[in-house]
Amino acid sequence: MRTVEQTTQEILDLASKYFKVPAGSLAPDDDFFKKLGIDSLQTLELLSLIENHFGIELPDYEVQGVSDFRTLASRIQSRL
Amino acid sequence: MLDLSKYQSIGAALKDALDQFAAETCLIESDREREKERLTYRDFQERAHPLAKALQDKGFQAGDRAAIIMTNQSKWLISAYVVFFCGGVLVPLDYKLTPDEQWQLLKHSSSSVLITEYPIWRQLATSGGRSSATSLTTILVTEAPPNADLAGARRWEEFRGSGAPIFVPRARKDTATIVYSSGTGGRPKGCVMTHENYLEQCVALTSLYPFTPGMRYLSILPTNHAIDFMVGFFGPFICGAAVVHLRTLRPEYVRDAFAKYKITYVSLVPLVLKNLQKGLQARFDALSPGKRKVFNALVAINKALTKNRPHLALSRRLLKQVHDAFGGELRAIIVGGAFSEPQTLQFFYDLGIPVANGYGLTETVVAVTVNDLKPFRADTVGKPLPGMEVRIVNADQEGIGEVSVRSKTVMSGYLNDPELTAEAIVNGWFMTGDLGRFDPSGHLQLFGRKKNMIVTEEGKNIYPEDIESVFESLPVKEFCVFAANYVWPQRSMVGEQLVLVFHLEPGQTFSGELRADISARNSRLLNYKRIHGIVVFEEDFPRTASLKIKRNVLAERLAQLDRAAAVLPL
Repeated sequence: MRTVEQTTQEILDLASKYFKVPAGSLAPDDDFFKKLGIDSLQTLELLSLIENHFGIELPDYEVQGVSDFRTLASRIQSRL
Repeated sequence: MLDLSKYQSIGAALKDALDQFAAETCLIESDREREKERLTYRDFQERAHPLAKALQDKGFQAGDRAAIIMTNQSKWLISAYVVFFCGGVLVPLDYKLTPDEQWQLLKHSSSSVLITEYPIWRQLATSGGRSSATSLTTILVTEAPPNADLAGARRWEEFRGSGAPIFVPRARKDTATIVYSSGTGGRPKGCVMTHENYLEQCVALTSLYPFTPGMRYLSILPTNHAIDFMVGFFGPFICGAAVVHLRTLRPEYVRDAFAKYKITYVSLVPLVLKNLQKGLQARFDALSPGKRKVFNALVAINKALTKNRPHLALSRRLLKQVHDAFGGELRAIIVGGAFSEPQTLQFFYDLGIPVANGYGLTETVVAVTVNDLKPFRADTVGKPLPGMEVRIVNADQEGIGEVSVRSKTVMSGYLNDPELTAEAIVNGWFMTGDLGRFDPSGHLQLFGRKKNMIVTEEGKNIYPEDIESVFESLPVKEFCVFAANYVWPQRSMVGEQLVLVFHLEPGQTFSGELRADISARNSRLLNYKRIHGIVVFEEDFPRTASLKIKRNVLAERLAQLDRAAAVLPL
């Protein structure tokens, strides 16, 4: 079982790889809209990546209003 | 299609539609690759009637207000029908608002019934705003897990009465819905819409874009949005067509749905349309030089053949692969909620996929003008629909002035706000606050806004006053938020942004700490509500005798500054 810290780190790695930002430049409390320069549609792409990586289904409503990696990780953690 | 001139209310028309099209499919609900549900109009009625009876048994009656806060799904439409069947007033609320904002609107609308989904209710129930909505007596929650704590709500699925409910007729001028166009920050703008507004709008729209049994509409825009309510519920239902709901809007599932369900129409906001364009363009760019040449030639032929009007059958043959990716049955993409860039619209039209763009506001139900595609004009928002009178007020030497509208689709007013209503509806004409002019062929062209607000590419109306509370107690002397294009008119409806204007205390400097504070506060706003620039203003803000900021005067003073130099990016 992953810890929430591991989950957070894996999300940061996925996001930096997919959205082509330097590895290590993202932090758990970063606002992903701002840091990745993405819009609400691209966050849906990020969710698909996360679902495939963790092998879970994450309903759209779970990430409603979420804008930082740490909160996102906690939502995912509860479904692992 | 039902003859809507014979009907007095949305409920009466829908009731007859359920009988007339009983055996037709009305709803398909899909969750990822799984189809969850497929209902005929008869099934729909069988689901709705026990709910209507239970509501009536609880005392719900004509004129009572019922709010829905749900994502797009079958229970949204069933619940809405039940409200109309019982003679109630529907209050469709945006599920993307924060719980506090939702409670504020529930209170403002005096809703006695709330119908929502469990995940939304979980957040609402624990929000501090709950105590304010005292008129709420019945809360129904869908899809709650078996042992869930419902916090005073009841399960939608178990809220069923026995026996036949009684249909409650309403008159055309009675209130059908209260739709909030914005205003969660301070002054909620609840548009009071009548049954006549919807009946007339539906007749006008279906005259250009008709539905028939067997057609399928893909419902992606939130159903609380006026467009989806009309073309993703009322319109298709009174024609016996079907609505497809997706429980997740990830791009891959949306893409698959077109082909899987042979979609006829879909409505999109400009942001999604542009994204779709980018995806398609990337695929075209990846073609080998030879294939690209052939493809470009086919597009050129299609353009020539569809110059005056669309030829769907021909375009589908010429550009088969593109059309197959959209299921092969797509007749038009309806785009609305915000202004679309002409080149994006043209991109799709050149592929033989007509984009029905138009212009409308929540206050006018859905659409005032729509592109009739005869010929397609990407640079305009089309011609007025049948029954709409549109005129340009206070036009300048170029013919550009405020767009005003008079029709049976204009709301009766803003809920509990006669002052705002009187400002908006002058001698029977609704003043839109948007600037436009008619070209010689009668197409409306838009050139920006007269009002201090923005509409995002996602179709969200944002008023500066609604987001100012997040900057309260900011350590500056005074501040104010503006739509940048309101201060510095651009004659454009795209790329609109909000800016924070502030005046420092004497001796205070604009520090990195202050910038970080602004940035942190900005992050607390939902992403589409955020400011994109800041202006450090060197003078005291002009104020009224009661010390309110004179926004208009301040805007005039700001306009003296050079925008490029004055607005610092955040």
